[in-house]
Amino acid sequence: MFYVSVFFQYMGQYMKTKLQYRADLFVEFISDLMFQAVNLIFILVIFGHTSLLHGWTRDEMIFIYGFFLVPFALFGAFFNIWDFNERYIVRGELDRVLTRPVHSLFQIVLERMELESLLGGVTGIIIMMYAGSRLHLELHWYDLFVFILFVVGGMLVYAGVFISLATVSFWSDARSSIMPMMYNISNYGRYPIDIYNRVIRYVLTWVLPFAFVGVYPSAYFLGKKEWYIYSFLTPVVGIVFFVLAVFLWNAGVKRYRGAGN
Amino acid sequence: MDKYMEMIRIRFLMMLAYRTNYYTGILIYCINIGAYYFLWSAIYSGKSSIQGMSIEQMTTYVAVSWMARAFYFNNIDREIAMEIKEGKVATELIRPYSYLGMKTMQGLGEGIFRLLFLSLPGVVVTALLFPLHFSMNITTWMYFILSITLSFIINSELNLLAGVVTFFTLNNEGLLRAKRFIIDLFSGLILPISFYPDWAQQAMKYFPFQGISYIPSMIFTESFQGQAIINGLMFQLIWSVILLIPIQVLWKLAKKQLVIQGG
Repeated sequence: MFYVSVFFQYMGQYMKTKLQYRADLFVEFISDLMFQAVNLIFILVIFGHTSLLHGWTRDEMIFIYGFFLVPFALFGAFFNIWDFNERYIVRGELDRVLTRPVHSLFQIVLERMELESLLGGVTGIIIMMYAGSRLHLELHWYDLFVFILFVVGGMLVYAGVFISLATVSFWSDARSSIMPMMYNISNYGRYPIDIYNRVIRYVLTWVLPFAFVGVYPSAYFLGKKEWYIYSFLTPVVGIVFFVLAVFLWNAGVKRYRGAGN
Repeated sequence: MDKYMEMIRIRFLMMLAYRTNYYTGILIYCINIGAYYFLWSAIYSGKSSIQGMSIEQMTTYVAVSWMARAFYFNNIDREIAMEIKEGKVATELIRPYSYLGMKTMQGLGEGIFRLLFLSLPGVVVTALLFPLHFSMNITTWMYFILSITLSFIINSELNLLAGVVTFFTLNNEGLLRAKRFIIDLFSGLILPISFYPDWAQQAMKYFPFQGISYIPSMIFTESFQGQAIINGLMFQLIWSVILLIPIQVLWKLAKKQLVIQGG
């Protein structure tokens, strides 16, 4: 209960600061939209030259991309830990966080919140609805709950991987460029998994499970029965990776000695 | 001239100090090229050629565009915007060299550095991973070198233009992001221009963007032959001259109405 009220207080403060700079907010919205448009245009253009991509149609590809945007937006809004090393370890900001009576990871999540990223999720839902209506997908009453479950699962996969990477800085001081690298790898999850070779498929499923953010959960809504097992594994994989990340985090915080002043 | 050579050298040495960052850079480029390689393989499955390009040419196209990007890409637009915000531009303006010339030379220093430490090892790594086709024809290479030099010029001119606009708007994050979007999409980095629908191809003829990535990559993969190469190079040359005009005009105006905030 205490955590919930802390969450809303942070959120209130956040809104106030953001609304001070409305023009910047607008620019950010537009540039996010443009960024999402690039990938969409890519799909549209290549399907001008082929009708099927390994058995996936244009609208199915668009649907997968739309789905991917939703967990990705949630991740972007709440797990902004790209600069954890510079901001919290090198500058010693973590000292301040650790003196307070709320779990350190939770505080960092709140401090680095970027709610404007959520707009990407809205774009994603619109894209899914467009693709879904062209595909005449059948929806059941429980699909909404499945959707929420899969979206949260996908977000936790992302969060798990990136939090685990951030904890590396508890053990090594070196500024690492693993984060941008991982970000590029995560793009692989936006496309149907069967276009890759076996090694990459295995990695995207079990090691860096980015396929659980896009293709696998979407397969359920697209009625691709052969992938159903993977679709329903989405929340499980998400929770496993997230719990693992929290364990790593706690172990890291124990080792932390402080570097700033 | 000597002082500009020195600027290239200094920037090169500056980059050299942080060269370890670039080992992961090579990996990132390989990861990106890999994603497109698998996508294109799936798109080509069963087809021997699309828009006159074979899968081998397409893979090479993707690899070369990314490696060339390492050379022509620079952040001088952001650097100019930053120096204006911080007021540093005032001291730069009283120094005995052309400010824009200095920025271009710094960009060139960076480009040469990345060419040697990112592109060249990157090409070796990608050639081992993916089936690339390198031309054995010396004239193709000569045309390619000429072409990426011109892409550097066009890209830097666009960056200078975006940077100089900051003198008027003070904060132009939006413009810089829009420019990046346009260049990503219309330079030919993620998709060859010949894949776009006809109306889009016609429209793009009136913009300089395909001179940045599409033309050099088409020359390298030998998708352009004979007259097409000459036309491509002429397109680049003409744009690199035309773009000088708005830069000069805006630069004259900018200096007149510059307001330094702090510094």
